[in-house]
Amino acid sequence: MKIKSQRDFASGIMFLAVGLAFAIGATTYSFGNSARPGPGYFPLLLGIILCILGAIVLFTSLTIESEGGAPIGDLAFKPLGLILGAVALFGFLLPVAGLVVAVPVLIWVASLAGDEYHWKGTLIMCVVLTFFSWLVFVKGLALTIPVLPPALG
Amino acid sequence: MDLLHNLSIGFGVALNFTNLAYAFFGCVLGTLIGVLPGLGPVATIAMLLPSIYSLDATPALIMLAGIYYGAQYGGSTTAILINVPGESSSVVTAIDGYQMARQGRAGAALATAGLGSFFAGCVGTIILAAFAPPLTELAFKFGPAEYFSLMVLGLIGAVVLASGSLIKAISMIILGLLIGQINTDVISGTPRYSFDIPELTDGINFVAIAMGVFGFGEIIANLGRPPEHREVFTKAVGGMLPSKEEFKKAWPAVVRGTGLGSILGILPGGGALLASFAAYTLEKKIASDSSRFGKGDIRGVAGPESANNAGAQTSFIPMLTLGIPPNAVMALMVGAMTIKGIQPGPQVMTSNPDLFWGLIASMWIGNLMLVILNLPLIGIWIKLLTVPYRYLYPAILTFCCIGLFTLNNNNFDVFSGVLFGVIGYVFYKLHCEPAPLLLGFILGPMMEENLRRALLLSRGDWSTFLTRPLSAGLLAGAVAMIVVVTLPAIKSKREEAFQEVD
Repeated sequence: MKIKSQRDFASGIMFLAVGLAFAIGATTYSFGNSARPGPGYFPLLLGIILCILGAIVLFTSLTIESEGGAPIGDLAFKPLGLILGAVALFGFLLPVAGLVVAVPVLIWVASLAGDEYHWKGTLIMCVVLTFFSWLVFVKGLALTIPVLPPALG
Repeated sequence: MDLLHNLSIGFGVALNFTNLAYAFFGCVLGTLIGVLPGLGPVATIAMLLPSIYSLDATPALIMLAGIYYGAQYGGSTTAILINVPGESSSVVTAIDGYQMARQGRAGAALATAGLGSFFAGCVGTIILAAFAPPLTELAFKFGPAEYFSLMVLGLIGAVVLASGSLIKAISMIILGLLIGQINTDVISGTPRYSFDIPELTDGINFVAIAMGVFGFGEIIANLGRPPEHREVFTKAVGGMLPSKEEFKKAWPAVVRGTGLGSILGILPGGGALLASFAAYTLEKKIASDSSRFGKGDIRGVAGPESANNAGAQTSFIPMLTLGIPPNAVMALMVGAMTIKGIQPGPQVMTSNPDLFWGLIASMWIGNLMLVILNLPLIGIWIKLLTVPYRYLYPAILTFCCIGLFTLNNNNFDVFSGVLFGVIGYVFYKLHCEPAPLLLGFILGPMMEENLRRALLLSRGDWSTFLTRPLSAGLLAGAVAMIVVVTLPAIKSKREEAFQEVD
């Protein structure tokens, strides 16, 4: 059995696994019956359908030819990690240290994900965007977003 | 004639200075909210509650209506410019609109969206004014079984939105439906799949998914490509208006979208939302040359935008006559009406004609204001797109992150965004289309509710979906669509239309 399409193979496994997970989870809720469907009714049905579909995708990935084996290609770990890491850091820092810390950190880490790192441009962006965000969201729209770290605020 | 008389009452009310001022304020605020991705209705409502309760009913409702439309216009703007659909109804606009922006046609896309929406708004207002009573009758015929079948039809139609394998698209829809199951069951009150995390009992926020999959995923994918292949916005940004040729192609789509949207919007609940998906499907099916759909076909922007605006107009009918709001802003309108002692119901038209017709007239005025507000802004938006990507993407990230936080003043939504960013990248790598997943996610809870209600009403008899004529017709349409798409002749045309451009 040769994998004819890498992408579809992985997709099939993904759908199968997720469908199974949801279906198993659904059995912990009461199923009810046709006349009085319970909370587990719809998720179990859907989970089973997804498993079946996932199996079909898996099957086609092993049998139907695709050009070049439909490779998944390289995973862009650097941008993935840096961008999402930046966002996660932001999420962590905002309530703890306020806007003035969270936004510059976000911008700085995110700009490391680009090809070239220009520290001057990044610095200017940090300042401009932090100020602009404060202006629009805190002053302009009067939203309660922590701006300064508790020690200073 | 009754219609003219009613409209004249309406304009008489709407054109006084206070109401105009409130309409304008609502439109501006709405546009701002729509454009800033993530800033949701919850934040708006929190800001406005104090002022609403002190206002009279008519100005309050006029302002809320302005916010509602403004948000629609603004949401289309971000969908086109940065591929982040701010509102659920702009998910479809993002598909072709963003591609047009990438090719330097952002101005044309934005202008088409604006003008198409305005046209639809005008027509929608007239339909609303002329046909409100008989349309309410039609809405009454739709029971839970019909709703369920309509949504099945809508979801099947959504696979046309996907450019890859049909079966993977359907799987994505089911996946979306499943993710929508992470919430508290409406009928029994049981929290499902919440793993004891309190934030999950209300379900994952749509914006977190949209931002993660479309916004973050796009940025990561873009940065991950080698520099020569990177698809940033072209420097050669076109003019602000659509070309003659584009205009010729677009205006029939606008008319079709308006018609479809007007009909679908009457259905209480998600009618206006379904309208944009249905319009896209329609355009693609009847297009003589459908190869450009998904790559920047102006009809893919014109049709859905007109449909969702027409639908937004006509969705006021069930809102006012049946008291069923399709979203949070409208829910506030129903609340405001109740507080002012106006009971939403069929008699609102006759007992409070000033309010009803004044609201309708001011909707048209609001649409006009929005077009006037937004068209000049297009020039500014286009300028923004020429900024080098390395400055653009951190700015986009900042607004997305703050937006996510302000959804619930909780960083849980930011982390959800991160999770969906990873998931979005996985989908991109595996060539699984995210748009059907979003549709499934949005429609999931409604579908389930209607399914269960239909079964409850029929005492567990599944054939109720086939024995009720309207429902049977809708399901037959869904089956027909699957058949048409899988027929060999259409299949090869479809595959040829979706040559993977990677």
